Parts: sequence; C-alpha cells; structure tokens
Amino acid sequence: MIILDSNIPPGPLEMKWDRRRFSGKLVSPANKRRIKIIVVGTGLAGASAASTLGQLGYQVECFCFHDSPRRAHSIAAQGGINAAKNYQDDGDSVARLFYDTIKGGDFRSREASVYRLAQISTQIIDQCVALGVPFAREYGGQLANRSFGGVQVSRTFYCRGQTGQQLLLGAYSALCWQIERGQVTMRPRTEMLDVIVADGHARGIVVRDLVSGRLSAHTAHAVVLATGGYSNVYYLSTNASGCNVTATYRAWKQGAAFANPSFTQIHPTAIPPAGDHQAKLTLMSESLRNDGRLWVPVSPSDRRSPNAIPPSERDYFLERRYPRFGNLVPRDVASRAVKAICDEGRGVGPGGQGVYLDFSDVIRQQGIEVVRERYGNLFEMYQRITGENAYEVPMRIYPAPHYTMGGLWVDYNLMSTIPGLFVVGEANFADHGANRLGASSLMQGLADGYFILPYTIGHYLATVDSPPIAEDHGAARAALERVEARIKKLLQGKGRRRTAASFHRTLGKILWDHCGMSRCAAGLRAALEAIPPLREEFWQNVVVPGSGDMFNQELEYAGRVADFLEFAELMCHDALHREESCGAHFREEYQTEDGEPRRDDERFAYVAAWEYREGEAPVLHKEPLNFEFVQPTTRSYQ
Amino acid sequence: MLVAGRKRRGGYRRIVKLTLRIWRQRGPNERGGLVTYQVDDISPDMSFLEMLDALNQQLIMAGEEPVAFEHDCREGICGSCSLVIDGVPHGPDRGVTTCQLYMRRFADGKTITIEPWRARAFPIVKDLVVDRRALDRIMQAGGYISVNTGGAVDGNTLLIGKEEAETAMDAASCIGCGACVAACKNASAMLFVAAKVAHLATLPQGKPERTRRVMAMVQAMDREGFGSCGNQYECEAVCPKNISVRFIALLNREYLRAGILGTKMPAQSDPPHGESY
Ligand SMILES: Cc1cc2nc3c(=O)[nH]c(=O)nc-3n(C[C@H](O)[C@H](O)[C@H](O)COP(=O)(O)OP(=O)(O)OC[C@H]3O[C@@H](n4cnc5c(N)ncnc54)[C@H](O)[C@@H]3O)c2cc1C
Ligand code: SF4
Ligand code: FES
Repeated sequence: MIILDSNIPPGPLEMKWDRRRFSGKLVSPANKRRIKIIVVGTGLAGASAASTLGQLGYQVECFCFHDSPRRAHSIAAQGGINAAKNYQDDGDSVARLFYDTIKGGDFRSREASVYRLAQISTQIIDQCVALGVPFAREYGGQLANRSFGGVQVSRTFYCRGQTGQQLLLGAYSALCWQIERGQVTMRPRTEMLDVIVADGHARGIVVRDLVSGRLSAHTAHAVVLATGGYSNVYYLSTNASGCNVTATYRAWKQGAAFANPSFTQIHPTAIPPAGDHQAKLTLMSESLRNDGRLWVPVSPSDRRSPNAIPPSERDYFLERRYPRFGNLVPRDVASRAVKAICDEGRGVGPGGQGVYLDFSDVIRQQGIEVVRERYGNLFEMYQRITGENAYEVPMRIYPAPHYTMGGLWVDYNLMSTIPGLFVVGEANFADHGANRLGASSLMQGLADGYFILPYTIGHYLATVDSPPIAEDHGAARAALERVEARIKKLLQGKGRRRTAASFHRTLGKILWDHCGMSRCAAGLRAALEAIPPLREEFWQNVVVPGSGDMFNQELEYAGRVADFLEFAELMCHDALHREESCGAHFREEYQTEDGEPRRDDERFAYVAAWEYREGEAPVLHKEPLNFEFVQPTTRSYQ
Repeated sequence: MLVAGRKRRGGYRRIVKLTLRIWRQRGPNERGGLVTYQVDDISPDMSFLEMLDALNQQLIMAGEEPVAFEHDCREGICGSCSLVIDGVPHGPDRGVTTCQLYMRRFADGKTITIEPWRARAFPIVKDLVVDRRALDRIMQAGGYISVNTGGAVDGNTLLIGKEEAETAMDAASCIGCGACVAACKNASAMLFVAAKVAHLATLPQGKPERTRRVMAMVQAMDREGFGSCGNQYECEAVCPKNISVRFIALLNREYLRAGILGTKMPAQSDPPHGESY
C-alpha cells in the first residue's frame, strides 16, 4: 500500500530548501567511499547527477543504452534554458520565475518544489559557465538572453540553436573527469530492464548488455533513474527514436507510484507528417512564433496556393481568439487552436493536417536579411525536410507530442515511493504541473542532477543502514528471471505476422486520437477497449528476428513497444478520471462556451499518483496541492 | 497519403525504385560483405534512414534479420547516424548528417552502396554499427575543465567577447560522429580532437588546464590507434557541422606550446575504467 508523503519542509517558501539542506543528515567522506550508487541515464539529469555524486566521493555505476553518454536525448534541445538572473533588468526575479512556472503549469504543481527550482536556476548558469558551456554573449562580453512563450521577461540563456547539446557536453565532460578519476564506472550500450527491490528498498537493477545480449544484476545502496520522457508512446513525436518508458514503467510495476501519466505536452510547431513512412516529427523552434503569423484560409474549400489568397480571406486564428498574446500564447493553447481549425476541415497541406506559419509580413517590414539572421538555420532545416522555401511560401506546421510532464511520483527529496529509488529529470513528474513552459526542462534536469539529488540522497544513505544485497540475492534472481522470461516470450513464435513498428503505429494512432490534444470520456473508454486486444495480438503475432544473445535492435525495440502497450492504458485511466481541463489535459466535456478549458480546483487540485496492482485496475492515490503562496486563478491569455 | 504524380509546388512527386548494396557483417570477428537489395515505393519525401526503415520492415516480414544501423535524434545533432554512402561519410550533401539526407536527392533507379565507418579505432559491432568509444576515451583523458559542482562564480564575472564566444561555439558544435575519421585515409581523429581542444582553449575558463589537456588528449588519440593527420582535409569536407581545419592548426599550436613548456605528463593512464561491452 502506497502512502504519499511529499516531505515538504515547514516554514516560509524561501527558507524551505535551506532548511532541508541543514536538517538533512550527512554521510562522512570515509563512508562515501564505501557506498555505491547506480545512475541510469546520462542526459542532463543523469550526467549531472552521476558526475556530482562521483565528485562527492561515492562509487557510481552509470548506465545508458546509447553507445556514448553524450548522445542522450537532451542533446536535441534547441531553444534554451531559463534562469532568474535578471541580467536584463526587466523585472525578473526568483518569485516571478516561480509564479510563471506555477501558472504555466495551470496550478497543478507543487509550490515548494517549483520555488526551489527557481532559486537554483541562477546557480545552474554559473555552473555551466564554469564547465565551459559557450553561451551566447553580447558584444560587451555579458551573457545574452532571449524570450520564450508564455512569459513577459527575457530570461532564456542559449547556445545558438543547440543549447541542449552544449549543456549536455558540459555535464558529459564533468562525467568524463569522474570516469578518469575512477569514481564513475560507465556502462554504455546497456539497457536497464528491471529494478531489484529487497526488503522494501531499491537495491539494484537488471540490465541487458546490448552488444552481447548478456543479462546481469547490479546491486547498490541506492538507484537513481534519469531515463527521460515517453512521448514516443504516440509513435510519432519530436523525441529521439530511442526514447521510451521502459525503466520507469518497470519501476512502477515494482511499486513506484506513477504521477499524472496523461499529462503530455503537444508542441504546436512541428513539421507536419508527410506520409506513412514517417519515423519522427521535427520540431521547429517556438521562437518562430515571435515573428511568424499562423493562419488558414477562411473558406475550407479554398484550394488556392497561399500567396494567392488575399489577407481578407485569411483567418489569423490565434490573433483573433487571443488578441492579447496573439501568436505567442503558451504551447497547449496554440496546439489546441491548431487542432480545432484542422478538425473544422480548414487545415492545409496533405490530409489537411497543417496550418500556415507565415513570415511574409516580417520579411516585408524588416527585410529578408533580418529574418535570415534570426531563423536562417530553421528555414534551411525546413527546406531540407519538406523541399519548400519558407522565404517564398509560408511554412506548414502541425502539433506533435513533445514532452511528458507525467512521470514517477517523487517527494521533495526526489525519492519515489520505493525507498532508495530516486528519479530525476523528465522521468519524474515534478515541477511542470499540467503544462511545461519552454526552456524549463533543461533547467529542471540540471537542478535535479547538480544541486538537489546529491544532497537529498545523502540523507537517505545516512539514515538507512543496510548493506547492499549480493548479486545472487533472491530478489535479484527473481528480477533476472522476470526479464529473461519476457525476452524469451518476445522471441518465441514462428510464423508470426506483424512487426513491432506496425503495432507501435496502431497504438500511437489510438492515443493520438483519444488521449492526445483533446480527450473525452467516450473516446478514452474506446481507447481502453482497443488497447488490450492490440496488446494480446502483439504477444501472439509480433515478429522479432534473431536471438537474445546478440546485438539485436529489433528485440530492444519490441521490448519498448511491449511496455508502451501496457503503459498506454495507464495514461487513459488517468485522463479519464480527471474530469476537468487543465494545461495540456483538455477534456471536451469541461470547457467554457468559447472553448476555453475549465479547471476544477474543488475536485482536482491534486497530483494523481497511480499504484500498480497485478491483474487489477491501477489504484489512485492523491497528493493534495495546497496553494499557500499563490492564488490559483483562471489561466487566461486572451 | 501521398499519391504518385500528384501536382505540387516544385514539380511532380515520383515513386523511386532503388538498388542498395549494403555491408552486412554479423559480428566483429566475422567476415562481412556487400549484399544487394531492391526497394521500391520510395517517396522523395523520405529521409535516407526512413528508406532503410522501409527495407528493414520488408526484411523482418520475410523472416530475415534487419540491417543494423545507428540512429537516434534523426535531426542531425546526436551524432549517432554513421553511414558511408557511395564512398562518402554522411553521403553526397555537405554539412549534413546521414539522417538529414532526403531521398529527393537520389535519382530513380539508382544503385547506392552503404558501408560502415571504417577505421582501426572503430571496430565493427554489427553490419553498419561501429564501436566509437575511442572518442569517449580521448575525452576522458582530458576533455574537461576540472571544476566541482557548487561554488561557481556568477556567470557574468567572466566577460567573454562575442568573437571568442562565437569561435568557441564553432568548435563546440562538433557532434562526435566520427565522420572525419571515416573520411581520412589515415583514419586520424585530428579534427575531432582539434574541435574539442579549441572549444576549451578559446575560453578563459579552459585556459588553466590547456597544457595538460592537449598533451593528454593527443596521447590518448595515439594510444587508441588513430592515424596521423596527412593535411588532406577530407575531414572538413564531410564534417556535418562544418568544423574548420583551422582548428587543427590551433591544435598544433597548443601542442607545440605545451611541448615547449615541457609539461610533465601523467603516467600513461590505466585502461579506461570498467567499461564493458
Ligand atoms: C526536439 C526537442 C527540443 C527541446 N528543446 C528544449 C529546450 O529548448 N529547452 C528545454 O528546457 N527543454 C527542451 N526540450 C526538452 C528537454 O530536452 C528534455 O526534457 C530533457 O533534455 C530531458 O533530459 P533527461 O536528462 O531527463 O533525459 P534524456 O536526455 O532523455 O536522457 C535519458 C537517458 O536515459 C537513458 N535511458 C533511458 N532508458 C534507459 C534504460 N532503460 N536503460 C538504460 N538507459 C536508459 C538514455 O540512454 C539517456 O542517457 C526539448 C525536447 C525535444 C524533444
Ligand atoms: S569534427 Fe565533424 S566529423 Fe568529426 S566528429 Fe566532430 S562533427 Fe563529426
Ligand atoms: S540520428 Fe542523430 S545525428 Fe543522425
């Protein structure tokens, strides 16, 4: 039975984190050497955690499925990272970043955690600079900033269009140093497939060596999951092809509560799918909405080329619906508006899945060179993918699954409901509520990994006195057997008829239709009915060639799809139970007359944390959200 | 969704038919060879990797093993994808990775040869997948600034001129793909190492350790079995991030400088810690 104790320190908001650090027990340096910690994942969250823990003197064993820790999906982040530095003197402050994040998340996140995130944000930038991250600078040598959607100050730090890669290279280089020092043992191309829980504590993991196929158990005093998000459950998303839910989902099955699994962010500006072959969707940076205007033809039957349609016959729908924020409304609002337009049959491009993002006005007013300087690389990327020149014809964009606010439930110390199992980065549910603001995930991953976890895990290690289990402990053997059995089952059949990708695509379509940008009870019920037979068919019919004791990418993939097929159901349960619209979760039954979401703070101001029960429906636990410092208001951008 | 011959800006869409010659090799110690496959129904809007996905779906359904190849971000930033296409790492377009290559670049009916990176320091894992951990080990030898977490000074305490910052950024955009090695007759990793050294040596934060860093990284490069630079600049031509060979000149200067200063080198490092495959 799960009990949710968020462990928030008492006292004023600004003092909570200081108090926690002061009250937390410390591990003596001599003891640290004897303590082993497993870190799974080497994205921003995992690499920063592993390197800092190594630096503190712990023995760290670090895993990732990539061939190199530097390739984690964090590498793909383009836009930037927020911090309340107020270098622009435009009125930013810790309190404002805190408030923007709480409001952006539509009042579904924990105040104390978000405040801490805002406090730490400034240290992150300093740390990254010290590590050699080449942030953009002004001519005078100071750090430069840009603005991002949903806020009115300029607080985003960036490295051209590759902030994620540069921040990750910083964390990776710190990790390299600790590997060289012998503090971190790095195991790339190794996939975690289960958690080992003994006496109620996380004590290790089971992994598969992706080259030899060998399975092994690794034990430690504590386990940290930094395994990223699961937007790939939708098949098509902006995520890298390897992103998956396996690590967190298997932890769920061992007793870690899963929080708000249905809160997924659909990003408004991705390049629309071009055909059935499509393997991923490419994000076009949010910054394009600073100058690009979204529109569709007023008449659905208007098939003229966009440049032939006069302004009076265009519907600039965001400017029309949200005169105050216009094209710069937050992501969830923009995505929904685009979808609504396309559902009305007014979408453009193949299948009517797209709207125009038009730069002709800014080109006319400020000149093509200005636009080229600001967005040249994005226009190039667009042309490479679509074959179209966006300086001459408007871009076409369509929303795409992008980020998962949901994740394993963690307390203020980033510990899951399994003692000794910590979760950092996108893999946990923390901080972003029902919608994440741009440039705040990189901030959260690094806050967790560099500055929060290394303290809070110490308190756990200092207060729980139990030696790690041996690698042939009963719990480890049982976990190994679970994994072995599952792999065997995947490889079993002869004469099977369908590829894992084909199942994945079908599942993605079900979720996109019923648990995507807008949801309703009937649709979610239909999804809950459609998923179990699909899963059944998967286990009957999926073809996985080759064997388990070799490098076998199709086996890896099929295993991830199998987990998606189970996890999708949990998402639908969560979306069905939440009878309100908040942030990215839009329930059609709960909207105002003009189509705006209706939040229900009376009934739903809580985090929904789900417990796994074998053979039964998941069980809901609630962490109430008490707003002591901000007053939840209607989140209006009109 | 796409129909052949549908009129569209920029011409007509065609369905492409291709012959692929792909390097197949079951494991590091097995013999490999080129195997020929036919694919049709290739839309010009497909990426090169989506074309391989389509082939693999066919192979799986036919009960054969799919072609192993690396990919992850599929947008040119993670450095996973690594194919030699008709003899050129990352294929015919300049300044892009394999995953950013689109089929509209290829004529109908063409034969395309696809091979893995070839270099002594990059042993083949399977088919088109190679082991590039040697690059990580070079980084572990010294590709970092050794500062602890916490206690960093305010980021604006160090003023870094825009030009310096831009130069560091140019170098830092290396994605560690290893195409430069694959393109080089000597399989040298000079461009990679140069990019890494230049990134940190250009920034004031990286200066204190620059001497030790360049020595350690160059030694590690030699130890890993990468060849020496023959000044042919094939590396620059295939680099998806357009890393300039002038960074190699910078590397050479840094190395010379370190030599003149006569750094004491740490004893040859132990083998990299506990990596397993
Ligand atoms: C295209 C794109 C652009 C973005 N741009 C921005 C931006 O501008 N600003 C911003 O703040 N956020 C942005 N985001 C979001 C942000 O990049 C991610 O949320 C964040 O980087 C996640 O970091 P992470 O460390 O939690 O996980 P990841 O970086 O995803 O790392 C996961 C790690 O876990 C490992 N792993 C996973 N499962 C297993 C397993 N079973 N066994 C072993 N290892 C495993 C992987 O190998 C990897 O090392 C963007 C996201 C996308 C998709
Ligand atoms: S220098 Fe260029 S080719 Fe070489 S690894 Fe870096 S990005 Fe790849
Ligand atoms: S798949 Fe990431 S660079 Fe090509």
